[in-house]
Amino acid sequence: MHDSQASTMEHAVHNPALLHHFADAQQQKDAASLGMWLFLVTEIMFFGGMFCAYLVYRLAHFNAFAAGSQQLSIALGATNTAVLIISSVTVVLAVKAAEAGRRKVLVGYLVVTVLLGMTFLAVKGFEYREKFEKHHIPGPTFKFTNTFDDNGKQIPVNPKEAELFFSLYFAMTGMHALHMIIGCGLFSVLAVLAWKGHYSPGYFTPIENAGLYWHLVDIIWIYLFPLLYLISRHS
Amino acid sequence: MSDNAAHTSRSQGFYIAIGIGLLVGTATTVGAAFVNLGPFNPIIALLIATIKATLVVLFFMHVKGASEKLTGAVVVSGFFFLAILISLSLADYLTRSWR
Repeated sequence: MHDSQASTMEHAVHNPALLHHFADAQQQKDAASLGMWLFLVTEIMFFGGMFCAYLVYRLAHFNAFAAGSQQLSIALGATNTAVLIISSVTVVLAVKAAEAGRRKVLVGYLVVTVLLGMTFLAVKGFEYREKFEKHHIPGPTFKFTNTFDDNGKQIPVNPKEAELFFSLYFAMTGMHALHMIIGCGLFSVLAVLAWKGHYSPGYFTPIENAGLYWHLVDIIWIYLFPLLYLISRHS
Repeated sequence: MSDNAAHTSRSQGFYIAIGIGLLVGTATTVGAAFVNLGPFNPIIALLIATIKATLVVLFFMHVKGASEKLTGAVVVSGFFFLAILISLSLADYLTRSWR
């Protein structure tokens, strides 16, 4: 535990952001981060259910899932992975700037993060448009005539099974994109509040917790990218 | 460190180095996808993804060196329950053909 007796008085005077039911600023910060992590665990389980469904159906309908996966653009997927990783770096640097009390640097990193998030969504939008053009959207107009390229050997697939792949593709990337949209909104609000000087080295918990959220969304994409785009190229 | 307390923030260069490591991991996993490794393709891809995710959790999300040890327990339990979900589901679906 922390040496709370010594610092309680000091903080009560120095830090207006410290709520009275916490012994000190560190305990308050730890409690907020623990609560955020509990929320993130529910997010892991939420996406985990979809990952599990994807694994089960991929095992059951391997050729169709591989053929569907081969229709995705690795170049666009890899670009988006790089964009998200860079945005995670700007987020962690934003938290560092908040900790150091560098307001303008903090706002800069937050704005860059939002722009990178929007870049990700724009690339995703181009990918979705291509799916519309190819009639790869699950539903009455769904068409799938591609075959599974098993190292040069063309194996025909059942379009109904390919439709299942694209259903899961849209459910997973769509839910991930929704999280990105929420994240961009969150960071836009934080950028405005940071510009107005709401955060100080003694209190920047919202920046830290929004950062945790953004990193988790990044981690989900780190798994979505290989599972959806990569693992069926050569196997 | 009583005022701003033991925050685990590291140098800017360190974070950029981790970021470059993650980008190298991405390039590696894309490269590996074009090499035919048979059943090892998904294993390699998921291994690299797990290494990348671990770097993000430990360093970007400040779990390594967190002052509250309970945070680490929550993170591990989250992934542990995910492992139960996936392993028990697959234990069912993968063995249905065994008769």
